[in-house]
Amino acid sequence: MIEMAVTTRSAALAAAAALLLAAPVRANPDPADWPAVLAEARGQTVYWHAWAGSARINDYIAWAARQVRARHGVRVEHVKLSDAAEAVSRIVAERAAGRHAGGAVDLVWLNGENFAALKDQGLLFGPWAEAIPNWRYVDTGNPAVTTDFTVPTDGLEAPWGLAQLVLYRDAARVPEAPGSMQELLAWARAHPGRFTFPQPPDHLGTTWLKQALYELTPDPAALLRPAAQADYDAATAPVWAFLAALTPHLWRSGAAYPQTGPRQIHLMADGEIDLAISFNPGEASAAIDNFELPDTVRTSVLDGGTIGNASFLAIPYNAAAKAGALVLADFLMSPAAQARKQDPAVWGNPTVLAVDRLPAEDRARFEALEPGIATPGPAELGDPLPEPHPSWMVRLEEDWIRRFGVSR
Amino acid sequence: MSDDTVRTRAAPTARGRPRPGALAWAPALTLGLMLGPVAAGLAGTVAPALGWLPALGGDHLGTDAFEALRAWPGFPRAAALSLFTGLGATLTSLAAVTLICAGWQGTRVFHAIERGLSPLLSVPHAAAAFGLAFLIAPSGWLARAASPWATGWERPPDLLILQDPNGLALIAGLVVKEIPFLLLMTLAALGQVPSARSRTVARALGYGPVAAWVKTVFPRVYPQIRLPIYAVLAYSMSAVDTAIILGPNTPPTLAVQVVRWMNDPDLQLRFQAAAGAVTQLALLAGALGLWRAGERLAAGLGRRWIERGGRGRSAAATRVLGGGAAAATAGALGAGIAGLAVWSVAGVWRFPQATPDALTWRSWERYGPRLADPGAETFILAGAATGLALALALACLEAEQRYGVRSAGRALWLVYLPLLVPQVAFLAGLQMLALAAGLDPNRGAVILTHLVFVLPYVFLSLADPFRAWDRRYAAVAAALGAGPDRVFWTVRLPMLVRPVLTAAALGFAVSVGLYLPTLLVGAGRVQTLTTEAVALASGGDRRVIGVYALAQTAAVLLPFALAGAVPRVLWRRRRGLRDD
Repeated sequence: MIEMAVTTRSAALAAAAALLLAAPVRANPDPADWPAVLAEARGQTVYWHAWAGSARINDYIAWAARQVRARHGVRVEHVKLSDAAEAVSRIVAERAAGRHAGGAVDLVWLNGENFAALKDQGLLFGPWAEAIPNWRYVDTGNPAVTTDFTVPTDGLEAPWGLAQLVLYRDAARVPEAPGSMQELLAWARAHPGRFTFPQPPDHLGTTWLKQALYELTPDPAALLRPAAQADYDAATAPVWAFLAALTPHLWRSGAAYPQTGPRQIHLMADGEIDLAISFNPGEASAAIDNFELPDTVRTSVLDGGTIGNASFLAIPYNAAAKAGALVLADFLMSPAAQARKQDPAVWGNPTVLAVDRLPAEDRARFEALEPGIATPGPAELGDPLPEPHPSWMVRLEEDWIRRFGVSR
Repeated sequence: MSDDTVRTRAAPTARGRPRPGALAWAPALTLGLMLGPVAAGLAGTVAPALGWLPALGGDHLGTDAFEALRAWPGFPRAAALSLFTGLGATLTSLAAVTLICAGWQGTRVFHAIERGLSPLLSVPHAAAAFGLAFLIAPSGWLARAASPWATGWERPPDLLILQDPNGLALIAGLVVKEIPFLLLMTLAALGQVPSARSRTVARALGYGPVAAWVKTVFPRVYPQIRLPIYAVLAYSMSAVDTAIILGPNTPPTLAVQVVRWMNDPDLQLRFQAAAGAVTQLALLAGALGLWRAGERLAAGLGRRWIERGGRGRSAAATRVLGGGAAAATAGALGAGIAGLAVWSVAGVWRFPQATPDALTWRSWERYGPRLADPGAETFILAGAATGLALALALACLEAEQRYGVRSAGRALWLVYLPLLVPQVAFLAGLQMLALAAGLDPNRGAVILTHLVFVLPYVFLSLADPFRAWDRRYAAVAAALGAGPDRVFWTVRLPMLVRPVLTAAALGFAVSVGLYLPTLLVGAGRVQTLTTEAVALASGGDRRVIGVYALAQTAAVLLPFALAGAVPRVLWRRRRGLRDD
């Protein structure tokens, strides 16, 4: 009875909203017809929602905006976010209010859970990513550019940068980087309170749990399949034993955690911790350049390899300037933009392109780059481990919160 | 002369107005502008809490969301934390303000405290929290100043000072911001009661200065500041920015967790978030009930204490405590901002150095030019919202007195609703409303949203001085042939210019500090100093935080300074209005 009444009322509301909001519905741009996309994009304003917690990244985004304006007549406004999830919230709210066109978000920088949520709810425009001109240079041999936390991208988002879990340490205090979880535990026992990680469900902290799982679980191959198909308790028991041993030796004995990845930089700068984790192999070099870390900081990976993934650009289903967003995304995937992004003096984020497939002149841009003082080369980073199936992440997060996240 | 005599005498002039009733609509309009958004926002929160949000597949009513909330293992602790930190911060702030006033009112120190108040009010909550965090952290400024020569620390000790599980650092961060606000409200209230005369009488009867104040002034001041106290309680229980910086995380307070769930990519958590927001509202209702009970108990005990007639001659202890509280508040805020200022020009600055190795303008060169656009936007939004709020508040108050719009006058307490309803409980719903109404995310929509938060503060600080204005001046002016409009513009407003400007400065400060409302309604397109600051602060760089915290503080300090200076200039030739 109540349900029916509510349903009727909501139908009426939806109809009213549809009348109010009936914006002229333009046909979506066809990325295969690129000249038409360029023509439609000229004069559009693209609201690009992107995390803005780093001056270097903001500078890079401002540079890209100027380039796209000059080359294609597309205005780009950087909508500065403290978390990509804010853009997801906005898109959801717009759909809930029936605003199916003329949305506020044109392009969003995201990956992982945010992408999975939008894709799952059918809130993305596309497929388009594999039809735009610069896709031909993308390193499709790397599964990270077509699967986002094991969820197939299906052309609904374009890869923008690579990430890989790394450890950074103040080598003046920690000369030898730990090569495994057990070495790390031994080090933490000897140096209590000098290591921590961002608190799950922060995605970096959760990735740290997954990394521990990879190394400690009896059968790592099982992680690529859904957790329900494996003996979850047996597979994760060694991780909980490891964390139970490690947590008392963490910073603040595990009673408090940094809330974000960058927060660790400042804890290290203040001398509170000596060892931290990051998703960007170039982050420590950038922080040194910014006076945030001493120049004795160095970056390393674990002996068995570390988890790698990519971050992406996606266009919401109700974006107001889809053609402009396509043009911007294509520019961001171009060799010129990617080479500048990888430059440690600019940002230091590894490219998603297959450098050996580029024309000679573009390849030279990449070959001319000097890695930063604290940045490991590709050989040191090794091949990244693939992300486990998302179901593992969900359960690891829940269990960690239950065991360590709210117990004090 | 009683209130009613004045009213009857003023009535004929009201009847003689050419457009009777034009102003009479002001209270209704104001209430609509305030209550509409809050009510719609609440509906937009309660519906998903009960399972109703068709966009996410919620199409039947039930209590699943509340059960999911209860199943979250951190729930009992998070709820208890919200209660404890909220009540703790409110009680501490009230105690400190009482000690300051009881110990020092009427002295030169008190005037100094009054003058120092506006700079303290100008420090935004988040900046105050960052400043305090850098001050008291184990690697913070205090530890640096004493290391290694006094403490022997070459490395910061592994001490849990910030983010302690009991929320003590959070309470400290709230208290240093709430003391100046409550003090401002108390100062206004002290003007409404014959505080100096009461104290003189009590002193003549042999009471010590502190006992005289507490026994004769406090019981009359308290009812006047009751509402601000409730606002402090509501704010402290549901503050998000301060709690993220200083509060615990294992688990966090309920309000912080609600915001986390709202921002979680797992969209099903929206239901749980809504249930959490409703629970937050219920917790606040419980806390207010508890506080009311405490009021009655204190009143009963206090009456017996007063009747016993102890003279309590010594004021020394109260003076020391009150002075200490004032000094600690000013010191924490001042040193906190100073620390951020130093960070904004710091090169490398490692523990245990008390000052940076090198100074550099690089952070200012990098961010300074980018302050211009959001700075201008901030001033436009705050100016427009404050102007509107001031006009509405004055219109309501004038209507109340001119027409004796009694019922509306009594309903006007509803204006304070946005202060009492936690932001997390209605903002998400408000965003839905803005979208459903087809409001584009532009400046106008954001100004209307800011108005919801600015108006209550403007009203709160303006209402009492306005109502307390001696209406015999109006009677005299009317006898000389001035109509009500002329009385308002040439007699009343000039006399009330100080409270009007103070209210405006306070409203301006509130608007400058608004983050979530600006972000949600402006879709991130309307970028202010505060939205920029929060986005950049997510990277955690204290140099950036320093630059933006100073810019925000300056944006608020300017109107407060004007509010102090303008009356002095205006009143150069009106000595009778000068009270100092």
